[in-house]
Amino acid sequence: MTTATFDSDTSRKNTQTGALAILGALAMLGLGYASVPLYDLFCRVTGFGGTTQVASEADANRAAALAPMRDISIRFDASIARDVPWDFRPSQPTDTVRIGQRDIATYVARNNSNEPITGTATFNVEPAQAGIYFNKIQCFCFTEQTLAPGQEVNMPVLYYVDPAILDDDVIGDIEQITLSYTFHRVKEPVSSALDRSQ
Amino acid sequence: MATTAEGFDAPTAGHGGDHSHDDHGDHMPGFFARWFMSTNHKDIGTLYLIFAIIAGIIGGAISGIMRLELAEPGIQYLFQFAGAAEGDIAAAGHMWNVFITAHGLIMVFFMVMPAMIGGFGNWFVPLMIGAPDMAFPRMNNISFWLTVVGFLSLLFSMFVPGSANGLGAGVGWTVYAPLSTTYAPGPSVDFAIFSLHLAGAGSILGATNFITTIFNMRAPGMTLHKMPLFVWSVLVTAFLLLLALPVLAAAITMLLTDRNFGTTFFDPAGGGDPVLYQHLFWFFGHPEVYIMILPGFGMISQIVATFSRKPVFGYLGMAYAMVAIGVVGFIVWAHHMYTVGLDVNTKMYFTAATMVIAVPTGVKIFSWIATMWGGSIEFKSPMVWALGFIFLFTVGGVTGVVLANGGIDDNLHDTYYVVAHFHYVLSMGAVFSLFAGFYYWFPKMSGRMHSEFLSHLHFWVFFIGVNVIFFPQHFLGMNGMPRRYPDYPEAFAYWNQISSIGYAIMAFSMLIFFVNLAYAYLAGRKAENNPWGEGATTLEWTLTSPPPFHQFETLPVIEDHHDYHDHRPASA
Repeated sequence: MTTATFDSDTSRKNTQTGALAILGALAMLGLGYASVPLYDLFCRVTGFGGTTQVASEADANRAAALAPMRDISIRFDASIARDVPWDFRPSQPTDTVRIGQRDIATYVARNNSNEPITGTATFNVEPAQAGIYFNKIQCFCFTEQTLAPGQEVNMPVLYYVDPAILDDDVIGDIEQITLSYTFHRVKEPVSSALDRSQ
Repeated sequence: MATTAEGFDAPTAGHGGDHSHDDHGDHMPGFFARWFMSTNHKDIGTLYLIFAIIAGIIGGAISGIMRLELAEPGIQYLFQFAGAAEGDIAAAGHMWNVFITAHGLIMVFFMVMPAMIGGFGNWFVPLMIGAPDMAFPRMNNISFWLTVVGFLSLLFSMFVPGSANGLGAGVGWTVYAPLSTTYAPGPSVDFAIFSLHLAGAGSILGATNFITTIFNMRAPGMTLHKMPLFVWSVLVTAFLLLLALPVLAAAITMLLTDRNFGTTFFDPAGGGDPVLYQHLFWFFGHPEVYIMILPGFGMISQIVATFSRKPVFGYLGMAYAMVAIGVVGFIVWAHHMYTVGLDVNTKMYFTAATMVIAVPTGVKIFSWIATMWGGSIEFKSPMVWALGFIFLFTVGGVTGVVLANGGIDDNLHDTYYVVAHFHYVLSMGAVFSLFAGFYYWFPKMSGRMHSEFLSHLHFWVFFIGVNVIFFPQHFLGMNGMPRRYPDYPEAFAYWNQISSIGYAIMAFSMLIFFVNLAYAYLAGRKAENNPWGEGATTLEWTLTSPPPFHQFETLPVIEDHHDYHDHRPASA
């Protein structure tokens, strides 16, 4: 009886196939990490999950030129993460605006603690499909906001609703969009957290 | 084309395994070298099976604690387990979370996967394709021991601080942020995550090994389209593992750095998004449920064909149905997260895509039935378990189609209806196929026959037990009982009590199983090469029981006038 018939050729092929498989696994690992910026990009481009859009003055002017004679109600929602000792509320709960016309809404934030706190706001709109049509020209949520102890500030958001929403099959006939913000405490950079623990 | 391998002596009459008894065939290393440094696919398969049984006992015991606590309203036992004062609800709740987390992770990663892929896959893939061993025998050894160390890391995590409410990782098997980041500051969750890293690395290496073995090590003439369906199922599973597990590895590594190194992948305060974690987890998690069931599909195909004495109906359809399930399994993940605020269009897509999976699954169910149709059916122990599998997996599949609907799921999400659904497909689907495979191959692996009577008794008691546990949970879920709570209002007491009685029945059936094992080793008849008769056509039945330590040193040749229903060498 002879010896095994798998020879060095099989062994070489095995190494090749095995290496390819491991390469595939590594590619998926990379894709897992790549999904972080890709997911962010996807949401910003498609308005997925009610992600609002950023528009320039020029965009706003073009939209205003197309503005149809239709009003829509905007409801303003405000909340804070549980570790942010602020009051945060819209100055008015709802507003009715002409679709395509820019409008300014104001939120009021007050720091109730006795230390300065820097916050950053996350945001979206409901229904989620309206995200692609909800354009912000300026917003307090574009930057971090620092409030001194006891300080109260008005935070404006300049926005308009894209007239294209009227052509949308699913939400073309909605009467209200809810704009929502949540303030989070800005994470301290790792280095300063380490400094403090020493 | 039947190419005779170089130096191949045409198989002698009788069994392909006979040549194993010649001079250099059966040298075995000593005990320590054999079991702790093993590179032999059959020994590693045995280690995996023993490991899975031990993990299954631990995971099953934890579910026993859970059913005990849920037997009546109120909290009876958790305070003692948590070592907390009577009435410390937070500590009891945390203890509960630790139990459900451990039960889920153990059963998924350390019971079903090691048994299906590591155990039966290692044992029978090389035998069925006529290979002498796996392609990378030493890597096979690494895969096993990584899994063991992963399991130890998970067990260890239960005894180190988790959250402010006590020891252990109480984060669910899904390890969602922010529960697993902000709200579980202790090192326990790090150990649990590390456990998944180790088990995942072991599985990825194992998958690489299976893919290489199946692509390169098939005996001459064993084309892909002649491979037994169990080998097909392991091939598809290996691809799912290879593509899905690294995504889990990425997600839990991000969790780890969010927890310990100040990154904010899943923390909105730093621009992250906790929902992204859910997307990544379920991009792994949904293929994972097919990883757990596909090898079972493969085993059921072998068993139904064997005991119907017919080739499996629609071989190619069966093989490619598994491929289709694997492919579509990657694009349906968000049906696990309908309630995170997906818009209606997204829900429509995921509902439709999910339901599409019912088509290849239906192909498989109907092909098994068609295999039996007109067959000469013998109700041997593996066959009754296979029939139980087909019946109960279909029940779980039907509730799955119900849950696939985004609208209905809004109502049933995180209720006991979901618990009932996934236990029908896993603790009945996957576990029934495991027992079917175990009784099918036990004589081959051990060389001893188990008791048919005890196997049938085990089947009936287990069948009644698990149905009494899980069928009432449909009612509880439809009535709104949420999962993951140790307590419930009086209104849910009746069916919870019945469910807990079911657990006792199921636990008793496991005693029968172990008695059967003891019987087989102490008094079982010696198993013939092929105890199941002419329906068992795959290559492992041409070898002795148990097979020689090294087999197929001369490769069997599968000649091309054979159709893919008969895998034995022409002269066997």
